[in-house]
Amino acid sequence: MSMMIIDILSWLLIIAGSFSMIVGGVGVLRLPDVYTRMHAASITDTLGAGTIIAGLILQAGISLIAAKLLLILIFIFFTSPAASFALAHAALSSGVEPILDSDLRSDEEKEKSP
Amino acid sequence: MGNRFIHSISLGAVLFAVWLVLSGHYTLLITTLGVISCAVVVSIMQRMDLIDQEGHPIHLTWRAFTYIPWLIIEIIKANIDVLKLILAPSLPVTPTLLRVKASQTSDLGQVIYANSITLTPGTISVDVANGEILVHALTRSGAEDLMGGEMDRRVTRMVGEDK
Amino acid sequence: MFAAAAAALLITMILALIRAIMGPSIYDRIVAVNMFGTKIVLMIAVLGFLMGRPDFMDIALVYALINFVGTIAVLKVFKYGDLGRAHDDEEPL
Repeated sequence: MSMMIIDILSWLLIIAGSFSMIVGGVGVLRLPDVYTRMHAASITDTLGAGTIIAGLILQAGISLIAAKLLLILIFIFFTSPAASFALAHAALSSGVEPILDSDLRSDEEKEKSP
Repeated sequence: MGNRFIHSISLGAVLFAVWLVLSGHYTLLITTLGVISCAVVVSIMQRMDLIDQEGHPIHLTWRAFTYIPWLIIEIIKANIDVLKLILAPSLPVTPTLLRVKASQTSDLGQVIYANSITLTPGTISVDVANGEILVHALTRSGAEDLMGGEMDRRVTRMVGEDK
Repeated sequence: MFAAAAAALLITMILALIRAIMGPSIYDRIVAVNMFGTKIVLMIAVLGFLMGRPDFMDIALVYALINFVGTIAVLKVFKYGDLGRAHDDEEPL
C-alpha cells in the first residue's frame, strides 16, 4: 500500500516536472529579450529539474542511485545561479539593452549604464 | 590553528562521503585507496591555503537547515507565478531593473544572497558591488517583493551577522 | 511513464534548440545551450531508468559538471577572447 502511494507521488512529481519543463521551453521562445528568457530557463533548472529528480529518487528508493541523483540535484542548484549570473553580467556589461517596463535605478546610473 | 584542523577533518569527511557515493566498490584495497586520495586532496588544499571559513563554511551548517527549506518554498511559489505569466496569452511581463541593499558584511553572505535571488525564478542578480545587488526582475510586483527585504534578513540571520 | 518524461524533455530540448538557432544575440544562444545542457543531464538520468541501466547516473553527473564549465568557458572566451586572462580590474555596472 505504502509502495503504491510512493509510486503515485513520484509519477505526480515527474508529470509536474515535465509540464514545467515544457512551459519553460515555451517561455524561452515567447519572452521578448535575453534577460526575460533567462527567467524561463531558470524555471526548467529549478522546478523542472527538482521535481523530476525528486520523482526519480522516489522510484529508486533508498540506494546508491538515489544518493547520486541527489548529488546531481545539489550540483545543478549550485551551478545554475552561477551560470545565470555570469550570463546576465556578461550581457549587460557588453551593452545588451534590457527591455524595461520600469527602471527603479537612480537617474545618473541609467545614463552611466550602457 | 585548531579551527583549521577542524576544517581539514570536515573537508576530508565530505570528500570521502562523495567518494563512497560515486565509487560503489567497498573492498578493503579500493577503500584504502579512496582514503589516501582524499587525504592527498586535503593536503594539497592546505598547501594552497584554500581551507578557510569561505571555502568550506561548516559554521553555517545548522542554520542552513532552517534557511534551505524556506528557500525551497519561496522557489516553488515564485515558479508558479512565472509559469502563470508565461502561459497567460497576453504575456503580462513588466521587466524591472532595481538595486537592492545587501546588508551582509562578508563576501560569503553576499554571494549566498545573490545566488538565492538568482535561484528564485523571476529575479536574476546581474551585478554585485559596494554592498548592493543589481537585480533584473520579470515583473514589477516581484521586484517589490524583493525590496521588502525578507530574504535579505533571513540570509543575514543565517550567516550570523544580525547583531 | 518514464517515456512520457523523456518525451517532455525532448520537446523542451527542441524548443531550446529553436531559440538557439533563432538567436538573435549570442547571449540568447548561450542561454538556450545552457538550458539544453541541463535537459541532457536529466535526459540521461531518465534514460537510465527507462532502459534499466543505473550506471547512467555517473554519466549524468559528469555531464552536469562539464555543462557548467563549458558555459562559463564559452562566456569567457566570447568576452575576453582568452581563457587565461584574469580580470580583477573590472568596473561595476
